[in-house]
Amino acid sequence: MIEWFVALQVGVAVIAGVLCLVLGLAGRVPGDVTMGAVALVELLLIVQLVMAIVAPAVGNSPSGSLAEFYIYLISALLLPLAGGFWALIERNRWSTVILGGVCLAIAVMVYRMGQIWFVQGA
Amino acid sequence: MSHHTLSAREHTDDHGPRRRISGVGRVLVFVYGVLALAATGRSVFQIIDRFHEAPVAFALSALSAVVYIVATIALVAPGRSWYRVAWVTISFELAGVLVIGALSLFAPGTLGLHDIDPFGRDATVWSVFGMGYLFIPLVLPILGLFWLSRHHPGEQAAAEQTETGDGARS
Repeated sequence: MIEWFVALQVGVAVIAGVLCLVLGLAGRVPGDVTMGAVALVELLLIVQLVMAIVAPAVGNSPSGSLAEFYIYLISALLLPLAGGFWALIERNRWSTVILGGVCLAIAVMVYRMGQIWFVQGA
Repeated sequence: MSHHTLSAREHTDDHGPRRRISGVGRVLVFVYGVLALAATGRSVFQIIDRFHEAPVAFALSALSAVVYIVATIALVAPGRSWYRVAWVTISFELAGVLVIGALSLFAPGTLGLHDIDPFGRDATVWSVFGMGYLFIPLVLPILGLFWLSRHHPGEQAAAEQTETGDGARS
């Protein structure tokens, strides 16, 4: 895990989350902007997954529990898919709010993943 | 995308008699789902990895996870009996977060906790009133009970019409 990438991920997820919440509460149905923001969050998570698989092999090992780390990472990877499908089926403002909730939940989870990798057990 | 056709279809969908939850209620279901996922993930890991360290706290963690899962299902599922299940599980959650929250703060020893750090190794969803989960476990059951009290299954049809009208037209 790379520290600046974690910070970038949390930042993007928070911005995407607030954006979706605001647009959702303003009454917008899920559109290209909000779905795109969620897709970007998911893309960064996939990059993180690849990095997490490679990192221990090149000497960047987690200080905490790798199993706990993966529980968070896999749950986080599933959330945008669930929220995205929901947004495609239910086209109303609350789906946009839910997309915002997905992004904010991921921000918290990535922060926790960073703690597990860098702080826990160190 | 063809917003209009889709929202029209959703509109007719929502007039179906079996839909229990609509509009802002779906956000409630979603948050319950995420909390169920969080509690399940954490308790499964704690029990597999270090059950002996704090068996009471981790068993409670697992219990809370099961209750969140049942509550999520009960909110979505139609019918009067599920409505009652929703009442029971959500009330249980409120009691759980209050009792366990107070115990973890004032008498952590009774739960076999080593510290009161809500982000620590022994933390559960309910520790320190759900502080590790941004107090969502404390706020959510209150919102849930409020929502349930406003949405009796009998009055569902009328309530749904106003809510989806609002949602679909926006």
